[in-house]
Amino acid sequence: MTDFGTLPDWAALGPALALISTAFAVFIVDMIRPDEPWSELLAGVSLTGSLAALGLSLWYFIAGTGQADWGGAIRLFEGTLIVDGMSLFFATIVSSVLVLVVLASYDYFSGHTHEAEVYSLMLLAATGMVMVGMANSFVIAFIAFELASLPSYALVASLKRNRGSVEAGLKYFLIGALSSAILAYGISLVYVATGSLQFDAVTAAISEDVGGIFALGIVMILAGFGFKIAAVPFHFWAPEAYEGAPGPVSAFLSSASKAAGFVLIFRVFIDVFPYEAVSNTVDWVMAFQAIAIVTMTIANFAALRQEKVKRMLAYSSIGHAGYVLIAVAALTGDASGSFVLGSGMAHLMVYAFMNTGAFLFIALTEHWGVGRHIEDFNGLGTQAPFAASAMTLFLFSLAGLPIGGGFLSKLYLLLASVRANVALLGVALVVNSVVSVFYYTRVVKAMWVEEPSEDLEIESQPVGLYAALALAAVMTFLLLPGFGAVVEFANTAAELVTP
Amino acid sequence: MFIEGILAFTLASALLVFGSPDRYAGKLATGLSLVPLVGSVLMWLDFSSGGNALLADGNVAFQNTVDWFTFTFDSFELTLQWNVGVDGVSLPLLVLTTVLTTLALVSSWTPIDARQSQFYGLMLLMEMALIGVFTTLDFLLWFVFWEAVLIPMYFLIAIWGGPRRKYAAIKFLLYTNLASLIMFIGMFSLIFGLGDAISTLSFTEIAGALRAGELGSFAGMEAETLRLFAFVLLFVGFAVKVPLVPFHTWLPDAHVQAPTPVSVMLAGVLLKMGTYALLRFNFTMLPDVARENAEIIAAIGVLSVIYGALLALAQRDLKRIVAYSSISSMGYVILGLVAFTPHGMGGATFQMVSHGLISGLMFMVVGVIYNATHTRMVGDMSGLADRMPWTVGIFVAGSFGYMGLPLMSGFAAEVLIFIGSFQSTVIGNAPLFTAGAMFGIVIVAGYLLWAMQRTLFGEFSVETDYEVGTAPVHDIAPMFVLLGLIIVLGIQPDIIYEAIQNAVNPLNDPLTLAVDFFTGGELQ
Repeated sequence: MTDFGTLPDWAALGPALALISTAFAVFIVDMIRPDEPWSELLAGVSLTGSLAALGLSLWYFIAGTGQADWGGAIRLFEGTLIVDGMSLFFATIVSSVLVLVVLASYDYFSGHTHEAEVYSLMLLAATGMVMVGMANSFVIAFIAFELASLPSYALVASLKRNRGSVEAGLKYFLIGALSSAILAYGISLVYVATGSLQFDAVTAAISEDVGGIFALGIVMILAGFGFKIAAVPFHFWAPEAYEGAPGPVSAFLSSASKAAGFVLIFRVFIDVFPYEAVSNTVDWVMAFQAIAIVTMTIANFAALRQEKVKRMLAYSSIGHAGYVLIAVAALTGDASGSFVLGSGMAHLMVYAFMNTGAFLFIALTEHWGVGRHIEDFNGLGTQAPFAASAMTLFLFSLAGLPIGGGFLSKLYLLLASVRANVALLGVALVVNSVVSVFYYTRVVKAMWVEEPSEDLEIESQPVGLYAALALAAVMTFLLLPGFGAVVEFANTAAELVTP
Repeated sequence: MFIEGILAFTLASALLVFGSPDRYAGKLATGLSLVPLVGSVLMWLDFSSGGNALLADGNVAFQNTVDWFTFTFDSFELTLQWNVGVDGVSLPLLVLTTVLTTLALVSSWTPIDARQSQFYGLMLLMEMALIGVFTTLDFLLWFVFWEAVLIPMYFLIAIWGGPRRKYAAIKFLLYTNLASLIMFIGMFSLIFGLGDAISTLSFTEIAGALRAGELGSFAGMEAETLRLFAFVLLFVGFAVKVPLVPFHTWLPDAHVQAPTPVSVMLAGVLLKMGTYALLRFNFTMLPDVARENAEIIAAIGVLSVIYGALLALAQRDLKRIVAYSSISSMGYVILGLVAFTPHGMGGATFQMVSHGLISGLMFMVVGVIYNATHTRMVGDMSGLADRMPWTVGIFVAGSFGYMGLPLMSGFAAEVLIFIGSFQSTVIGNAPLFTAGAMFGIVIVAGYLLWAMQRTLFGEFSVETDYEVGTAPVHDIAPMFVLLGLIIVLGIQPDIIYEAIQNAVNPLNDPLTLAVDFFTGGELQ
């Protein structure tokens, strides 16, 4: 169908294939010594698989797969799957996060009764997330979402003896099931109105007379996506789930799973329901503007009041979803679409590293047995200076202080919202970033300034967790000078999607 | 590449010191800090360029511009750059930074007795950020360094400060961070208002476009309103840093809680960031607004002079006295800047350097006295001259510098400012404002002489149980270096004043009547 060098077209699915085959490989490896999990091997295989997915995504993107020079997006299976710059961009995000999380899991889940299952569930969920970015039909999108979600429910509840973990898993499952139902119902309504499930065909079928049912479908799809990215008012599951889940799983969900929700929002609302065509029925730009502002504001002010660090980070990740929503909320047509869309994508890329890093630091404290409250972190700076420095970098970068990529990606969002003549979004972004400085600083202050409590004794320096933290910290910092590459990556990927 | 070399070396030294054992951290950091010091002095010796870096015909020394990356808008591109360089305004401040850092590091050997490697590492990190602030010429890059100064400063106060350090540190962070936000909004509304008139965020380009009147409308504000709006936001943002009355309340808390070397950096260099930025942004980029509102700005300056001095008069803590007198001294800088005359602006810039040296010296002296007596309360000690002759001598000399004794740099700075503001055609009733500011000197002399008389002379007695003896050489030596610099600059201000004049003259009204005060020749 399209020119893809010497490789067959299906090879474009490489990142997803790498992940799913690794998931099965992990099961096979587990059969070698079923009674006594072989941690090194399991982690090694998973790491290799996720690195392969990362390498393939980057390689395909750099080589130009699915982009204009190579004859445009690669369509597979009657056009139900599509591989273009956008899919590869998000495959890169998901697999980068997975690399970090797998590294951290090596220590965190070492000796866990279902160690192999944890790795393979992560790999399966990542496969689903990558597939979401490749979906070109509502059916595939829904299935990919479920493939990402079902393992996630189990992962959240994977600490079976921990009441918080199980409770969080159940809540996450119930809300997730509800949101899937809403999404499925929305899809069915769109099908009723347009007679098709494939994205291109749905777009083609939109005409003046698709009315109420179609509009209701769009609204329900929007709500379904809202749950996936944890935007206010569909956010209330997120603090519970992220807080109860084991640290690495929270990191994985809050970074990668969120990215998967966003890729579908970008694709569906920009490509499938073009603003010009549906704005008479559903003005989704206006809706996203409201959601973005409310999400940022409520999440950041809620985070101010948290006493538990992990819960605070959960609210902070909701707030960042609000920032990323600027990318769709500012698609007013006053600035070029790829520029605006690129801002959200670039922020997601930076966020993937700094947010994962912050949650992995929490995983490290859980591994050490440090408490969950802010005051439990007192004196960590003197006990574990390296890890605490990395955490400081993550938090300041999340706040948008100019020592990490977060500063520039927020600046890009600000430029995008102002160029698109919705300065209100920019104001909300800036004000909320300033609010966020205060709660991030509380953690930093606890780690470095407060006196440690007497019984705080940290002896172990787990290799995997430290390596993951170091990697995330280096990337967070390097994305400050190297942000230009991300912008280029994101803009190129966004160009094909936006009109 | 010279500036990049200094920045990179300072950053690398900071990291090295973080990893060094506590015992050697102080000496190591001091040794490493000699490299940026020597580097900046070499730059100074090599410096010969004239003109202002922000004006199109200005010529910038050691400039290096590298494109960082480009945001592509629809029809137009905004390139972010790495852009560093110095001119006659920034280079003296750069040298001030490196000199004071090295001396402050030496003066930390005695008081800092815990977590040394972190302390010295943070000090070097802050030096790096400060060097960046004074050498970058691209707004975004400059803002990166501007913010980067706050983080080490916060920790330095919060970890090694006095009993109420946490309160003081968070207050410092709150005030200055909010101020940064206000300033950032002001600057970005200008940038958006300029729209396609600029293609980079270089100071030169922004200043050129603004001075050429290319500002458009933004967010419903016409160019006129937008200019005023941005000017006010920038002014408030920087006024917190300076600090000017009524934005000064964070300063005494921060100073009193901060350990001595941190106070030295805070008063000596961090406050100058505010006045430096005012000069670069408000008075260079938006001179018309400054001229239109000159009386208001001059009044704020005079108010800071008088009110700061009166506050200092009311204090009983030596460190608070010095802290409040900084507010007063910074008021002169504002008066000089807004005069828009060669000596006004030149004197103001000279005062930034001079006050950096003098206030650094005063904080060091107070620190040495505190190390010996463990009190800073004026009422708790008297007759220190008996036990600490060297320290007391320096205290007296530094105080006279503060009061503006001729042949010391404070005199040169203040006389220049007064001449400049007297001649000002921009401020209405300029002589009246000048006279008001001059009155401040009387109060300064009043509180310093009074404090000295009570603490240094008379019969020896101290309320605490500590044995009061002579201070160690490494405490005294940095103070002598500062005193030497103050006297040298007082005798021969032209060492730096000539370069400053070259840089600020293009910003000012040409004077027809003025005579160069020191050389007796006509001004060009």
